Amino acid sequence: MSASEVIPASDKPQETFVLNVGPQHPATHGVLRLKMTMDGEYVARAEPVCGYIHRMHEKMGENRTWAQFLPNTGRIDYLAAMAYNHAYVAAVERAAKIEVPPRAEYIRVITSELNRISSHLVWFGAFLLDLGGFTPLLYAFDDREKILDLLEAITGSRLTYCYYRFGGVCNDIDADFIRGVREFVAGMRPRLKMYHTLVTENVILRRRLVGIGYIGREMCRKYGATGPVIRGAGVAYDVRKVEPYSVYRDLNFDIPAFPEGDCMARYRVRMEEIEQSLRIIEQGLDKLPDGPVMGGNVPRVLKPPAGDCCFAVEAARGRFLVRIISDNKEIPYRVRLRTPCFCNLSLFEEASAGMMLPDALALLGSLDLVIPDIDR
Amino acid sequence: MRPKVSIKEIVRGLHSLVAGMRITLGQFFKPTVTVHYPHESLKMAPRFRGHIELVRDEKTGKPLCFACKLCEKACPSDCITVEGVKLEGEKRKSVSEYKLDFTKCSLCGSCVEACKSNAIRFSKDYNLATTSKEELIMDLFKRLEADQAKTGQPDTKDTREAGK
Repeated sequence: MSASEVIPASDKPQETFVLNVGPQHPATHGVLRLKMTMDGEYVARAEPVCGYIHRMHEKMGENRTWAQFLPNTGRIDYLAAMAYNHAYVAAVERAAKIEVPPRAEYIRVITSELNRISSHLVWFGAFLLDLGGFTPLLYAFDDREKILDLLEAITGSRLTYCYYRFGGVCNDIDADFIRGVREFVAGMRPRLKMYHTLVTENVILRRRLVGIGYIGREMCRKYGATGPVIRGAGVAYDVRKVEPYSVYRDLNFDIPAFPEGDCMARYRVRMEEIEQSLRIIEQGLDKLPDGPVMGGNVPRVLKPPAGDCCFAVEAARGRFLVRIISDNKEIPYRVRLRTPCFCNLSLFEEASAGMMLPDALALLGSLDLVIPDIDR
Repeated sequence: MRPKVSIKEIVRGLHSLVAGMRITLGQFFKPTVTVHYPHESLKMAPRFRGHIELVRDEKTGKPLCFACKLCEKACPSDCITVEGVKLEGEKRKSVSEYKLDFTKCSLCGSCVEACKSNAIRFSKDYNLATTSKEELIMDLFKRLEADQAKTGQPDTKDTREAGK
């Protein structure tokens, strides 16, 4: 090699390469693909590619009766199916002016909150799995199993419950369930303390999370991020407080918000939320009224009057909104689903720019994405 | 570039590791929560939503279903096909074919809820994994008949009739 061909180190061309994370990768929890343009170990641009599990739920809504679409809603976010059922059922109830008895409302809140805890426990396990810690997953699934057993006993299913109906819930809860839930709530508080000793205080975890993956309130506003992501940026936005639905107005609970905006803040928001959910469940059980669980004025063939109705709930991952347009037929004219994960994912590209790859994956885990929820 | 770490932080960090390890070690002395599945299994919940099966009339031993097709209409996934025949000397139709395409079923339970005569219920079967698709397309009527032959229905029927 002659001397003239030697390239001096300072003139090295800027080289980037593309790294594909997913669609089948242990760190993406599903079929999400990230096209990462890497500059060495740093992310220059991370482009999420979705659509691998697109099932046309919205279009399916236009092809089946109002009641037949109900099982679909549980499949959008399978980890928090109760809240999704709740949003759809309540939207149709609003459109068709169906009364829901108070006992059913309380049962809905109790089961939704149990479902939220179980969803956060899956996130807790999976997030730490992303970061390289395997054992917390087993602890989390031990507790989650108790919730699933309780919910299975009353709904008959462990994941896609389809428990709510227009005008109430399909089965009443029994004394066994109430006792089981009280036992679970009593047992979960010491477990949470144990999680904090085992995981939250851990120095390795703190080094991976504190100050990593900043998402500010401005970025949340820009992309419409909701749920623990916006609360981790210090904005106490929660649909249960902002637009109280069901019986949340009568219940006493706090919205945890941490202003740091890093992965640790989002972690702490979710852990705090588990505790608040336990509070809600306890109050719900205390206040649980007697009475029927199905409203009397539910028509056999449901034809909501023509119009446009919205209903938003706070799902485990943020604001889930159902908008239905009826033209007074047995089949919806349009079902629009606004899912939280889609918005929460869209800020990833901006937030992850310039981060190291392992940190970017920590950020991705802290967003708590459920891929069917993005694609729906 | 290395971040500066104070001695206090090092001690706190070490303490957090020891505290975590203590919990892990404590777990050794706690009872196991897992079940060794193929050898032992848990009891299914009474409300467990499995696939559906036909219910037999206690008195006559025949299926309660009279092919009204309400379940067929309620099904969101289009997986039920019911056919009925009108037998001589009977008021209602009786089911002659009840096809359930379990490959499409989403286990929502709408069919059981739609049934006015409680002629279908959830089965407690959950070991349904199979290597062929055809096995999941089942005729519940034939299944009930086969079940009848297997459990020796005539015996129970005899005792019932004797009891009457």
